[in-house]
Amino acid sequence: MIHEEFSTDSRTRRTLSGAARVLLALKVDGPLAVGLALTAGFGLVVLYSASAENTPMLMRTVLRLVLGIIIMLSVARISPNLLRRASPWLYGLGIVLLLAVAAVGHVHLGAKRWLDLGPIHFQPSELMKIAVPMMCAWYLHERPLPPRLGDLGMLGLIILAPVGLVAKEPDLGTAALITAAGAVVVFLSGLRVRAIIVLLLLATAGAALGLRFMHGYQRERLLTFLNPEAHPLGAGYHIIQSQIAVGSGGVFGKGWMAGSQAQLDFLPERTTDFIFAVIGEEFGLLGLLVLLMLYAFVIGRSIYLAMQCPDTFSRLLGGSIALTFFVYVIINAGMVTGLVPVVGVPLPLVSYGGSSVVTVLSGFGILMALFSHRKLMG
Amino acid sequence: MRIKDHWREQRMFNRRAWFAGALMVLSVLAVLGRLYYLQVLRHQYYNVLSLDNGVRTVPIPAARGLILDRNGEVIASNRPTFDLDLTPDQAPDLKDELAHLVRLGLLQQSDLPQLMRTIASHERFDTFPVRLDLSAREVGRFAVRRYEFPGIDISSRQARWYPFGTLAVDAVGYVGTISASELAHLNPAEYAGTAVIGQTGVEATYEKYLHGTNGYRQTLVDALGRPVRRPGALGKELHFKAPIPGDDVVLSLDLKLQRLAEKLLKGQDGAVVAIDPWTGDVIVMASSPTFNPNLFARGITEKEYRALIDNPRRPLFNRTLRAQLPSGSTVKPALALGALTDGVIDPHQKVLAGYAYHLPGSAHLYHNANHEYCGEMTMRTAIIMSCDVYFYRLAHLMGIDRISSWLPKFGFGHRTGIDIPGEDPGLVPSRAWKRRQFANPSQGEWFPGDTVILGIGQGYFLVTPLQMAHYTAMLATRGRSYEPRLVTGLRNPRTDKIHWKRPVLDGNLTQISSAAWKVVIKAMVGVTTQPKGTAYWEMHNSTYPIAGKTGTAQLVREGAKGYANEGSYHADKTLKQLRDDAWFIAFAPANAPRIAVAVLVEHAGWGSTGAAPIAHKLMDAYLLGPNGKLLAHPGRGPFSEPADIEERVTAGVDPRMTAEQRAAAP
Repeated sequence: MIHEEFSTDSRTRRTLSGAARVLLALKVDGPLAVGLALTAGFGLVVLYSASAENTPMLMRTVLRLVLGIIIMLSVARISPNLLRRASPWLYGLGIVLLLAVAAVGHVHLGAKRWLDLGPIHFQPSELMKIAVPMMCAWYLHERPLPPRLGDLGMLGLIILAPVGLVAKEPDLGTAALITAAGAVVVFLSGLRVRAIIVLLLLATAGAALGLRFMHGYQRERLLTFLNPEAHPLGAGYHIIQSQIAVGSGGVFGKGWMAGSQAQLDFLPERTTDFIFAVIGEEFGLLGLLVLLMLYAFVIGRSIYLAMQCPDTFSRLLGGSIALTFFVYVIINAGMVTGLVPVVGVPLPLVSYGGSSVVTVLSGFGILMALFSHRKLMG
Repeated sequence: MRIKDHWREQRMFNRRAWFAGALMVLSVLAVLGRLYYLQVLRHQYYNVLSLDNGVRTVPIPAARGLILDRNGEVIASNRPTFDLDLTPDQAPDLKDELAHLVRLGLLQQSDLPQLMRTIASHERFDTFPVRLDLSAREVGRFAVRRYEFPGIDISSRQARWYPFGTLAVDAVGYVGTISASELAHLNPAEYAGTAVIGQTGVEATYEKYLHGTNGYRQTLVDALGRPVRRPGALGKELHFKAPIPGDDVVLSLDLKLQRLAEKLLKGQDGAVVAIDPWTGDVIVMASSPTFNPNLFARGITEKEYRALIDNPRRPLFNRTLRAQLPSGSTVKPALALGALTDGVIDPHQKVLAGYAYHLPGSAHLYHNANHEYCGEMTMRTAIIMSCDVYFYRLAHLMGIDRISSWLPKFGFGHRTGIDIPGEDPGLVPSRAWKRRQFANPSQGEWFPGDTVILGIGQGYFLVTPLQMAHYTAMLATRGRSYEPRLVTGLRNPRTDKIHWKRPVLDGNLTQISSAAWKVVIKAMVGVTTQPKGTAYWEMHNSTYPIAGKTGTAQLVREGAKGYANEGSYHADKTLKQLRDDAWFIAFAPANAPRIAVAVLVEHAGWGSTGAAPIAHKLMDAYLLGPNGKLLAHPGRGPFSEPADIEERVTAGVDPRMTAEQRAAAP
């Protein structure tokens, strides 16, 4: 093991080997943990500026990070076998909770997404971001790969049942992410290229059909993306202002707390979905490159960890967690820079918002569990 | 049933992972390309957009220049006023707030329809006044309830203020709100933040100098347009440009004299213009009745404007520049000078002038005023007594062509070129002019009778009070024409340095001999000193010699085209109220003239009784010191021009006079 390589008495080495021992005992992957910590730390610095020095908001974010870390550490200790066996139950629980939301959910900002459990507001759709890929991986685990047509039908059902419920809330962004998380599992399982193309065509047709059933604001967002300047003060405002923020930042940025777009409220949702634009404005292209490199490190390490896993369930689930994380980042960056339509996808570990941090960190907890327990799998 | 092949699945997963990695790299490259486009290629463009977003440029209007008289008395100044400004965007319930303002007595219910139109014509995020010039009490009443009026606030600005109200309004003019058509001709950058513009008088002519250069201040605003209190790091790029106040304008007017003139005219319709003959400086310019320019400066209401327009005495009508009337007998000195110069008449030849004159071969009689009898007249006595019959004959001897060439030489029939707008040219008739007026050639023919009545300043001939004063000044200087002017200098308000403008000499009647001048001016002195003089009773006790001439004009306003009543103006008693406008012109001291005055009093009776006393009192006030002695430097004030201009008048003679002209001085 790694810690055995440190044999001399150097204090640094003793400390490092001690830390490695602790990490091993905690089943935590050191490099991944460092990558996540740096990303979250950068996020806090940006949030302090984006929120106009709103310390309570910062404290809430820190608390959520702490909660996320505790959950991550706890999940990391769970054995992959238990995770695998728990998958259908977790998925079932998620479905039940989504039905409960549909029945008695808490309406906030016109959408019924939350379950009000006393002091805790809980979005069951967040749970599904993990439960759906787990279920898909569980389903494929015992079956020969690549999956056959019948398997695909079953997987489609597994994915689309919760997606339908979430889309109905309505929460299109999360529905898309859940779909992506499940689809990534299917992709990693070795689905034939021909089948992928057919599925993509089907998805396009489904999207066109879905457009007809969209809520007004959802359709508007999508159409506005195609021509933002037509509604400079209406729906196009988000896109225009975020591009102005990013573009005016230039290479070096305007400086921390000195972005006029962010500080003067021109940039909407600057602490949540559009925080990427704040980084672009205040830290410039260099700041964004640093952020993207942090993400690249986290994702690369995650894929490496997934590839090391010996069983199909672990590999599929681990790979899905890594790739879904990437999908978050790329969609958010694309949306803020005007490459993809504005859908409510937060920038993971940086955007302000409760459930998302916890979900992301518990995902990485699962990844660590899958990796660190791999010897037990034999 | 297929068998699970773990190695194959591992390899497949790895291939898919690498494939996914490649897709990820591609999509990240797409984002990086986009970032390069936004942040490097288009950085300048978006930077400008972000500045436009948050930086609001607030104009700072320059202080309008003051207007001073020759004594340094300020006749147009600025005072702070308080307005109610509205920003509709920030007023959630506009109608309610306006209704509340009505309840507080800060708005009138009747103002609301107009106000709603004003609001509709502005952008929602504009800020504009809904109520001008709050009193201190009203400011207080609003201030304590300010929190009830989101989007409405008190703003302070500098407003034009005429501390003496109506005084000299015809010369100074007034400022008024910039109209849409004026806005179209203005440079919007120069006038951003300026509410008013000079409309008439000196305020209009010297707008360019009075206005100054507006400055601006850039402030940071947030997305709702609210100013950012502590811009911090964002504040470093904000610019500030201080406004440059407008120049102060120094007038030739003497407000002490102006006050007196307006007081003497009070209750009558008329005009007074007094000119310094050696510079063209207008000392007095008064038109009666008058009006308060502060109404326009603060924004006149429809009702107030109606009242001014509907007043039959026409207070807005600037009589000094625009009343076009027959000169009456005041034209006689000009005709006499013309006739003498052209050799038409021997001034010392005695002419028997009876009750009336008739043209050779005609039975029509042209009577003296009041059907008096003149007797044996020389030119001198004819001017002193204002004998009409003598001048009927003189006009006939001269003929229309000589007359219509001489009168413009004395400044008639064209604008004098005074430095304020609105002047009317008057009218000097001629054969060609009359032909143009009538379509029928037989009517358009010039008749000898038309010429005869010109001899006493009746008929088609029309003059303005300003032209009269200018003409009198030319008589005083023996033919020099200085362009009348109100503005003598511009003062830089920061350095207090005055840039003086040179008087403009735009004509000199050198062809008139000094002998001719001597005859005519002596006669004009006789008007006030000889017992038979038409102004003897009003002037004979003067301590200094006055050269004057009375005139009585038929009241014919603008467009006298159809007027051809052959001089029988005294025949029809029922029209008396329309005829008896009194003129008096004079300059003094006659031997060293310092002031030339023209007085017009409408419906005042004869020129001597109606107008002469006003001229006399003005000349006394101007020329005499407190001890009743002639002042060495009359009209000199701290803001009158440097002495060299004044020194030109030494012992009553312009140093540039020829020896001959000097000798001709009475």
